[in-house]
Amino acid sequence: MKKIGSLLMTSLLALTLSACGSSSENAPAASDGTGASNEIVTYTIGTDATFPPFEYEQDGKYVGIDIDLINAIGELEGFKVDLKPMNFKGIIPAITANQLDAAIAGISITDERKQVVNLSDTYFEAGLSLVVHSDNDSITKPEDLKGKVIAIKKGTAGSEKAEQLAKEYDITLNYFDSSPAMFQEVVNKNADATIEDFPVISYKLAVDPNAHLKIVGERLTGDQYGIAVSKDNEELLQKINDGIKKLKESGKYDEIINKYIGTSAK
Amino acid sequence: MMSSWQVIVDAMPLLLQGLWITVKIVVISLLIAFVIGLITGLINTSSNKILKFIATLYIDIIRGTPLLVQMFFIYFALPAFLDIRIPAETAGIIAISANAGAYIAEIFRAGILSIDNGQREAARSLGLSQVQTMRLVILPQAFRRMIPAFVNQCTISIKDTSLLSVIGIRELTQSGEIIISTNYRAFEIWGTVGILYFIIIYSISRLSRVLERRLSLK
Repeated sequence: MKKIGSLLMTSLLALTLSACGSSSENAPAASDGTGASNEIVTYTIGTDATFPPFEYEQDGKYVGIDIDLINAIGELEGFKVDLKPMNFKGIIPAITANQLDAAIAGISITDERKQVVNLSDTYFEAGLSLVVHSDNDSITKPEDLKGKVIAIKKGTAGSEKAEQLAKEYDITLNYFDSSPAMFQEVVNKNADATIEDFPVISYKLAVDPNAHLKIVGERLTGDQYGIAVSKDNEELLQKINDGIKKLKESGKYDEIINKYIGTSAK
Repeated sequence: MMSSWQVIVDAMPLLLQGLWITVKIVVISLLIAFVIGLITGLINTSSNKILKFIATLYIDIIRGTPLLVQMFFIYFALPAFLDIRIPAETAGIIAISANAGAYIAEIFRAGILSIDNGQREAARSLGLSQVQTMRLVILPQAFRRMIPAFVNQCTISIKDTSLLSVIGIRELTQSGEIIISTNYRAFEIWGTVGILYFIIIYSISRLSRVLERRLSLK
């Protein structure tokens, strides 16, 4: 009797243990990089969701260059993507606080960011543009910003550039959480100008006939977008870099870019 | 890595500037809200049907919508619709005053109604006019009873100003966010911001207790 009891107990224990083993999604997968292993890891990936054409919502789904890219990389490298849209300014802090494994949100590669997170190889060449109200003819170059008000988005390369300009000229900075709020500020003429990533503003002007905005002057900087990855996860960084390389080689990368912006904004 | 202490010391000037803006907006808004509340509260205890309808509608709209939506509406929607410009701080003051005003109106109404009707009748039979009765007899007594509710609304409004960061006002919360967006030291900065809010709100609570004791019926 006792023997049967203990046998039952051990088999039950063994069952529960094996069940635990197969259902734990976040355990590091013994992936050989081909995605062939039957255990798929899920990574929590942050994004901004108000940043077309890179990430935006359409018919209740998140779409955009970044979204397609990260999904394609996941397919190639054998991991699942759990997308977490949030305010851009919170993305890097969320990675350092281990709330996110990585993030793809048109993140420019900067030295400050490199200190706190790992950044992948470049996946897009962007750059910053100066944007003003379409009625405004008095601002054509950074020097014209003297004494003016600029609307910027917290924690972006654009805000960093604006802060530099503010040191040079006497500029007032108004900070916002999203690109739409920042654009609205210029449209309502509460701010004279804003600084936004070139592909984003050119996309907005292309799809929104009532934008009331225009790009002035040359690009202010040449920025490069990278995918931010937690410093605790070298393996994921490796996978992402491999994925970017494979996508570029296979032509799938160009396919994704052309799907959203064609060749106009590159 | 910089030490935590150094991060806080470096951030202090910006945070204190933000605190100053927070305090400024709260003080101006509450003064306006007090006037709105007094007028609306008096209307609500009067017998004028039309004025009463308007007052009730205003209170219901404010109570039935989130403050954040009210702020977005005043700052982003109204100017675009009316083709005017409203500076962010003005919009913030309008939003907080309108919001606190509605709640203070209710505090006034409850305060006035809590005074026994015998008081009014006695004052009237001594030959005081309706206005004199309100000013000399009812309001001073009602006011004492309202102090705790006022202080409560005051602390709520201070906390509400943190929402103003969404329309670009550089109050205390916004200052914290701006600092974190460049140095990524969330723990130190949010800790300090929380302590600064606490100091302000706690001092007001202590002050109100002193005020209550001073004004209590001897």
